[in-house]
Amino acid sequence: MATTLDSPRSPYARPTGKRGTNWEKWGWIYMRGSGVVLIVLIFGHLFVNLMIGKGVDALNFGFVAGKLASPFWQWWDVAMLWLALIHGGNGMRTIVNDYATQRVTRGIFKWAILAAVVILIVLGTLVVFTFDPCPAGSPADLLPKFCPAI
Amino acid sequence: MPQESARTLTSQQKTTSRRPAGTLYRGREGMWSWVLHRITGVAIFFFLLVHILDTALVRVSPEAYNAVISTYQTPLMGLGEVALVGAIVFHAFNGIRIILIDFWSAKYQKVMFYVVIGLWVVTMLGFAPRHLMNVFSH
Repeated sequence: MATTLDSPRSPYARPTGKRGTNWEKWGWIYMRGSGVVLIVLIFGHLFVNLMIGKGVDALNFGFVAGKLASPFWQWWDVAMLWLALIHGGNGMRTIVNDYATQRVTRGIFKWAILAAVVILIVLGTLVVFTFDPCPAGSPADLLPKFCPAI
Repeated sequence: MPQESARTLTSQQKTTSRRPAGTLYRGREGMWSWVLHRITGVAIFFFLLVHILDTALVRVSPEAYNAVISTYQTPLMGLGEVALVGAIVFHAFNGIRIILIDFWSAKYQKVMFYVVIGLWVVTMLGFAPRHLMNVFSH
C-alpha cells in the first residue's frame, strides 16, 4: 500500500470535474458561524445555570420548568441543541475521517454519529415544545411557584 | 519533497530532526492548540449526548429529573463540571483564535495561543471558586 502524501503546504484544490454544492466548504463555514453563536448561547447558559444564585445547587425540576415555561428560554435551548449537535457531529465526522482508515469502519462510525445527532435533535426539540411545567398529580413543592395549587 | 511517498522517508527523516524545516507547527503552540481543540471537542460532544438525555427527563416526571440532576451536585461531579467548563472555555477561545487565523492573519497564531491561555485562566478564576463554593457548601 504505497500512499502518496501531498506536501502539507500545497494549496487545496477541488478534484476537477466535481460539480454542484461544495458541502465541505459549507461545513467549514458552518463550523465558524455556529461556533460564534454557540459561544454566546453556551456562555449565557452556563452563567444562568451555574453562576447566578446558588448555581448547580439550585438546579432541580422547579428551576428548569420555570425557565422552559418561557418562549425565550425554549428558543434559546432549541437553538443551542441544533447548533451544538450539528457542530459536534460535524467535528466528530472530521475526526473519523482522519483516524478511521477502513472504509467500512468509517461508514459505521459516521452513520452512528448521524443517528445520534438526528435522534437527539428530534428528542430534544420534542421535549422543549411538548413539555408541561406543571404536570398534574405532582407534589407542589417540586413544581415552579407559578403552578396553580391542585 | 511533495511527490515523495511517505513510505520512502527513512525513520531518521521522519523523527529525529529537532527543528523541522518546512513544518509549520510540529511540536509547538500550533500543534498543542490543535490537539487540545480535538480532545476538548470530543469530550464536550459526549457530555452533550448525556446532557440532552438527562434534560429530557423533565418530560418524564419531576421526580425522575430531580433524581438524576442530584447526582450532578455531588463533590466528584462538581470537580467534573470544572473540567467540563474548562474544556468548553478553551474550545470557545481557541475557536475564536482559529477564526482569526482564517479570516485575519496567521502571523500572530503563537501570540494568540498565549492570549487564549491567559483568558482561559482569568475565566476559570472567575468560575471555579464560585462553583466549588456552591458544590462544597452543603
